[in-house]
Amino acid sequence: MNNFMQMIFGRLQLTEAFPREPVTAFAAVGMIMTGFLVIGALTYFKKWRWLWKEWLTTTNHKRIGVMYLAVAGIMLVRGLADALMMRTQQATSVGSAHGIVSTDTFQQVFSAHGTIMIFFVAMGFMFGLINLILPLQIGSRDVAFPFMNATSFWLFTGGMILVNVSLMLGGFSSAGWLAYPPLSESQYSPGVGVDYWIWSLQIAGIGSLLSGVNFLVTILKMRCPGMTLMKMPMFVWSVFGAMTLVVFAFPILTATLAMLALDRTFGTHFFTSGGGGNAMMYVNLIWAWGHPEVYILVLPAFGVFSEVVATFSRKRLFGYTSMVVAIWLIVLLSFTVWLHHFFTMGAGADVNAVFGIATMLISIPTGVKIFNWLFTMYRGRIRFTSPMIWFLGFVFLFTLGGVAGVLMAVPAIDFQVHNSLFLVAHFHTMIISGVLFGYFAGLTYWFPKVFGFRLSEKIGRYAAWCWIVGFVVAFTPLYILGLMGATRRLDHYSASLGWQPLFIVAGIGVGIICVGVGLQVLQLLVSIILRARQGKPLNDPWDGRTLEWATTSPPPVYNFAIIPTVTSRDEFWEQKQTKRRPAKPMYQPIMLPKNTPAGLLIGMLAMAAAFGFVWHMWWLVVIGALSAIIVLIAQSARDEQETELSVETIARIEAGEKYA
Amino acid sequence: MPHIKTSYKFAILIASIIAAIALAAWYISSHPLAVLAPMGQIGEAQRNLIIVGALLSIIVVVPVFVMTIVIAYRYRESNGRAAYQPTWDHSPLFETIWWGIPCAIILALSIITWQSSHTLDPSRAIASNESPLAIQVVSLDWKWLFIYPAQHVASVNEVALPVGRPVTFSLTSDSVMNSFWIPQLGGQLYAMPGMSTTLHLIADQSGTYFGSPANITGKGFSGMDFTAKALDASDFSQWLATAGRSPHKLDLSAYTALAKPSQDNPTTYYYSSVEDGLYNLIVMKYMLPDISRVTQ
Amino acid sequence: MNNEALILHEQTVHTKTNFGFWLYVMTDCILFASLFATYAALRGNTADGPSGQTLFDLPYVLAETLVLLTSSFTCGLAILATNRQHKTQAISWFAVTMVLGLSFLALEVNEFAHLAQIGAGWQRSGFLSAYFTLVGTHGLHIVVGLVWMTIMLYQLLQRGFTAGVRRRLSLLSIFWHFLDVIWIFIFSIVYLLGVLPS
Repeated sequence: MNNFMQMIFGRLQLTEAFPREPVTAFAAVGMIMTGFLVIGALTYFKKWRWLWKEWLTTTNHKRIGVMYLAVAGIMLVRGLADALMMRTQQATSVGSAHGIVSTDTFQQVFSAHGTIMIFFVAMGFMFGLINLILPLQIGSRDVAFPFMNATSFWLFTGGMILVNVSLMLGGFSSAGWLAYPPLSESQYSPGVGVDYWIWSLQIAGIGSLLSGVNFLVTILKMRCPGMTLMKMPMFVWSVFGAMTLVVFAFPILTATLAMLALDRTFGTHFFTSGGGGNAMMYVNLIWAWGHPEVYILVLPAFGVFSEVVATFSRKRLFGYTSMVVAIWLIVLLSFTVWLHHFFTMGAGADVNAVFGIATMLISIPTGVKIFNWLFTMYRGRIRFTSPMIWFLGFVFLFTLGGVAGVLMAVPAIDFQVHNSLFLVAHFHTMIISGVLFGYFAGLTYWFPKVFGFRLSEKIGRYAAWCWIVGFVVAFTPLYILGLMGATRRLDHYSASLGWQPLFIVAGIGVGIICVGVGLQVLQLLVSIILRARQGKPLNDPWDGRTLEWATTSPPPVYNFAIIPTVTSRDEFWEQKQTKRRPAKPMYQPIMLPKNTPAGLLIGMLAMAAAFGFVWHMWWLVVIGALSAIIVLIAQSARDEQETELSVETIARIEAGEKYA
Repeated sequence: MPHIKTSYKFAILIASIIAAIALAAWYISSHPLAVLAPMGQIGEAQRNLIIVGALLSIIVVVPVFVMTIVIAYRYRESNGRAAYQPTWDHSPLFETIWWGIPCAIILALSIITWQSSHTLDPSRAIASNESPLAIQVVSLDWKWLFIYPAQHVASVNEVALPVGRPVTFSLTSDSVMNSFWIPQLGGQLYAMPGMSTTLHLIADQSGTYFGSPANITGKGFSGMDFTAKALDASDFSQWLATAGRSPHKLDLSAYTALAKPSQDNPTTYYYSSVEDGLYNLIVMKYMLPDISRVTQ
Repeated sequence: MNNEALILHEQTVHTKTNFGFWLYVMTDCILFASLFATYAALRGNTADGPSGQTLFDLPYVLAETLVLLTSSFTCGLAILATNRQHKTQAISWFAVTMVLGLSFLALEVNEFAHLAQIGAGWQRSGFLSAYFTLVGTHGLHIVVGLVWMTIMLYQLLQRGFTAGVRRRLSLLSIFWHFLDVIWIFIFSIVYLLGVLPS
């Protein structure tokens, strides 16, 4: 009987797997109860059919985009909760006091915080915005591979669920967001934590890789007639650059995670301390992926800023060609700098210097972009909407964070700040003021297009200020602490060091950021409740420049009844200036991708297989993987993956008689 | 919410920024920052680099800040008097300037980087009339072992350095990857199992300095800070003598006991003799095939 | 949709799918590149165990190589038959390709089993972990290719030369040839370089 139970449950023992520590147990229970609440609400309001038809089985890029944003938003709250916990711990765990959580929990929290923020919040916001806006901006009806798009989303969600399940069952990794060996090997991390980390990233990573391919083909093969590469909006160029990075970098992650999994599960010696393993190889591989990853995150954010600044300055983006060149220099250079993450590993002066210089070079195209944005504003007519507030906050903070980065690019300086809170402050500056502010600006800017009503500008501005002020209050102390010799990831320190006041200030800063997030949630709720007051949906609420503003808000399912023909950059703006009237429309039938549950099934089956791997439930691995493959084959073999929309239906949708 | 005039809002903003900077400046002046107030030549060179780098960066930062504020203010929509050129979107002159000047700055920084990477390479010996002292460092779970091979003593979590004399640290780990850091003396270097890395430091003033692990090593990571005591010649001899009087001897069995995982170790733990070649043994043991794990 | 629109639609689908598949193959190249890089780094880490010099049997590997290269050739013949829409020829040549592919796999599995038996399994050393994973990943890709070929044969029999079937067959052949190219790299970097004294 025992043997049978072991075969079914692997190394899972339910009574032991559930968290004991109050804070974690409370969080786990909270998550479970929220889940029940959602299921209960769906049942009570009889929304299951709607959920299935409109969201779970959709292959439409706009729906998928909204789902990405929803997941990313929820994960942002989770990541912030982790941050609050860390700040509270570090502000209180001094001398004889030991803070609010145990060391083990703290280490899981910072590992989860980084993993969730990078993989599920930043990537989620990015893929969400790209999904929503890219096809509209290039005058296309959808992305190149709608079914694969859905599959990517469900793989992403599967990874997200797995990370959160780890909180309830077995615990997450304590080895940091990148899990360096030998610490992440089974000898030093014998539990399931690192395995959860490996497998949630593995499935999410495959989702990302597929999206990279998808969006590249979309950009290169589905632009509307007349839209040459040099007429594309800058956001599209930035996505082009970022997806190129995805396609080159993510396979490295796949291979590296697989090798670590082999080490942990089957006793191989890729990165072990003995037996011929080489932990430094892991560090090289993971950063060869890791550095391009941060540029993947920031490039589309830069693209958003290009759109926002041009629109709200009522002026053409300055230096279009220069901006394109800058994007590709960043793409190229981002593959040549990975060693700057471990100057202190002892590669020697020559190697360190070369990588240091390469790192500094990236600041040149980045700086060029900032100047081009400023000169877009120069001699424009600037409206200080909340996207512009995000942008201005970005300019100030990102420049300062960039200075810190250039300093750390000098290996000799890095020796004194590596892995300290100075480093932590630097990368948070880049990611928050660059990536996050960029995506917040994009969300606010494109919200009316996606949902048909505006977000409250007033609350939005307050939220932006809270984030900017909160960020400064939260992270300036960390820069100082780093220079005081404080290393990262400490859950306790001695009182004589005099660090506590700074940690307390940092905690207050995170509190201010939380107020900002609270305002953002309030903004959403208030805007939804009061949306009727805004009257008829505005197709073009901001007096926009690019093609997405030429559709209704929200756009019909097919985006454009007639695929537009483009003759210049900022085509929509030019049309408005010259008051070009399109000829009377002659509709053709439109092919639309059908709904399918296959994406959802593949994602969830992959997640099940991953869960099985974590707990050594081999039957689940085999069944999950095989079923996912069978679903994939069945879906691909379907010859009829599209439905046709008739000319009559299109005419009615366009006339506003029918909602699409 | 009462309507506050925009200019008042900006005044409050500027005042807050000035107050915040003043607060930070006051704090920094009354709490010396280890990295910016080093006690050794290496740390000093690194601090000077930080200052030079920061100054060079200001060449870009100040114009960006000034331009942003001026442009945002002057070209706000409500200012009808400002020129409006909606189609002006390129300028070879400006492009040359903002590609060129950053290139020049980075060129300068690159030369500095190349030079400093070599002069401040951790494995490069420090030029001095004094002969270097060799200390072997082993990162354990979760404490630091310091072996003085020439003096045949060892200590745990406390390292004594003679003032004014260069120290050659040989670093390794008998557990996971760690990093050895004494912020007030200079930069860190990784300590890795199966490998020996070399870090040269020197203390130019006597004092007691904070030492830190700088790469996550597991549960006891936070309790792994250590003390670096820079002592003048006579105090250093006394320290060696004290260690030499310890009843503990670091033979192989004592080492095996020490290497077992333990947290928050007491700092004053000395050994009066050390097994010959212990450090090399620790490094080499990872070269052997890992037969025990094959059956896992 | 009228005929003209249908043909245009199919062309668009074909262009996108072809390009997308080439992109995917490129990402697979990067995956293999990571494994090659790891192999290169761990080549000398034999942990006092056997090295490539002792283990690799070049004549055996030559046999594997000839089998795989021939299967690429027969795959090419199968595609030519597909282009000419000769159903029987196409099916026959694909079947031959599959048999050759299976033979390659059998040879490889035999080699792996032998190594494991003599104590040179993937747990023995970093070198062997890297070797088994690199060559094994290639072998897994061959398995995927064979499964895909089986499904395509089934579709070909059931549906004949529809646009979809022809499109997927051309993608399959790209995949199969790609695996051949990877094998050539493995043959050269792992086996040929491996038997040289290090």
